[in-house]
Amino acid sequence: MSVYSIDVFMPVLILIALTVGVVLGGHFLSVFLAPKKSSKFQTTPYECGELPVGMAWSMFNVRFYVVGLIFIIFDVESVLMFPVVSVFKSFNDMGRGGLALIEVLIFMLILISGMAYCWRKGDLDWVKSYKRKQVE
Amino acid sequence: MNGGLIPYLSGFDWFNQTIKSTSAFLSFDTTSLLSFLIYAVFASLLVFLVLMPIGGLGTYAERKISADLQARIGPNRVGPYGILQFLADGIKMVLKEDIVPVGADRFVFYLAPLLAMVGVFMTVAVLPLSSGLTMVHLDIGVFYLLAVSSLVGIAVFLGGYAPNSKWSLLGGMRGASQIISYEIPVVISVLAIVLLSGGMSFDVLVGSQGGLPHRWFLFHNPFTFLAFFVYFVGALAEANRAPFDLPEAESELVSGYHTEYTGMRFAFFALAEYVEVFVLCAVAAALFLGGYNVPGELLKDHPLGQLLQLGAFFTKTLILYYVVIWVRWTLPRIRVDQLMTICWKYLTPIALFNLVGCALWMYCFDGKSIVSLLFESGVGAASGGH
Repeated sequence: MSVYSIDVFMPVLILIALTVGVVLGGHFLSVFLAPKKSSKFQTTPYECGELPVGMAWSMFNVRFYVVGLIFIIFDVESVLMFPVVSVFKSFNDMGRGGLALIEVLIFMLILISGMAYCWRKGDLDWVKSYKRKQVE
Repeated sequence: MNGGLIPYLSGFDWFNQTIKSTSAFLSFDTTSLLSFLIYAVFASLLVFLVLMPIGGLGTYAERKISADLQARIGPNRVGPYGILQFLADGIKMVLKEDIVPVGADRFVFYLAPLLAMVGVFMTVAVLPLSSGLTMVHLDIGVFYLLAVSSLVGIAVFLGGYAPNSKWSLLGGMRGASQIISYEIPVVISVLAIVLLSGGMSFDVLVGSQGGLPHRWFLFHNPFTFLAFFVYFVGALAEANRAPFDLPEAESELVSGYHTEYTGMRFAFFALAEYVEVFVLCAVAAALFLGGYNVPGELLKDHPLGQLLQLGAFFTKTLILYYVVIWVRWTLPRIRVDQLMTICWKYLTPIALFNLVGCALWMYCFDGKSIVSLLFESGVGAASGGH
């Protein structure tokens, strides 16, 4: 560690501040330069020239939420894999690679069996319900 | 942390001298102050001289290359060969009226472009431009990058949700489900590389490769070769690029999640998208194509060597950028169900297979690349002969 050890995340904070500055600066420019002639029809949401019917915030296809759920499971598992794989090499260098390998494989097996379950249940198909009803 | 900008500069005498003299002058330790100033200047240079021109020239390159591929001329009015077209576009964007739809969730509507920009621009803190000119070598490098860039998914969803428009909502929902789905194969492909190099910092990831192709992770073993393509397809989908540009499919949804965005807000979404493509190409170059390594480690300890490394890095990244544009104008768009099938039934199992394969390779061959295995067995046979 060098004597210049400062908070390592300082550059990240600087970048965030800079980006927020750029975005606000762009808006500031457009406030001064852009015209302001909003009319009633201009500010309606675009619906191919018709007046919009109802709200857009309504019920939505449940498939998107199922995808979200599957993602959460896989995401957590892949996050848990990161520390394991980043020490795998040093375990291997210590001559204990077999132990680490078996643990990785057990973990992967759980991950893959979860995925196989989703696949078998048809949750990976985009259009699921119609096919199933025809079969039954 | 043995790389990054400040540790690199601290290897020079003039830097230490400056710190000493300013500390004596201001009668306190100015290391932190100077580091802060240097980081701020470097971050501004990165944002204004690298990212913004790349975002702008990305739009120009996109239009020019698409014109070439379709036997058209493309933009040729503004500046030589139309290269200043992006400046004209930018000025036009500033001069456009900023419209907020009546029923919109105003706060979220303002927040979404900001999130997209922040999510993309934060990633450049760890991008390994060269061994010295990287802003900071975080120990969790690639993990940080993946985590931060998933803010873009949230921005796409919020941008689709906020304006209370049906086209936007359709695009936003599609975008969110697509981005989160394709994150899985991308992350698992990256895991395979982390496993081989034994660290998440870009310092380690790039440092364990070499300048010539036989020491790249792309040709390390058959599994990493596959992992590169899984990563690249997933990255295309994560950046909403064709053939996976369903969130903004202009022939089905008017413009997807940014239908209701005008002027500067739209410009920020577009800029974030082009810079994200650059970042994903840069990560591919750093993880699989040897990153900033120059063949023969030419001028390694000389300041000019940094320029060579920058050149190597940008060459690899921009070639990949060209491939991304090329793919967009060659392949037709796929359907939503095909999109999900490709992700969950093909890419994810292949990526898991690659990860297991890399772990087995690491255990069986002690992490040696296929080239070195062949070469060493050849040497062994030759030395065994006499």
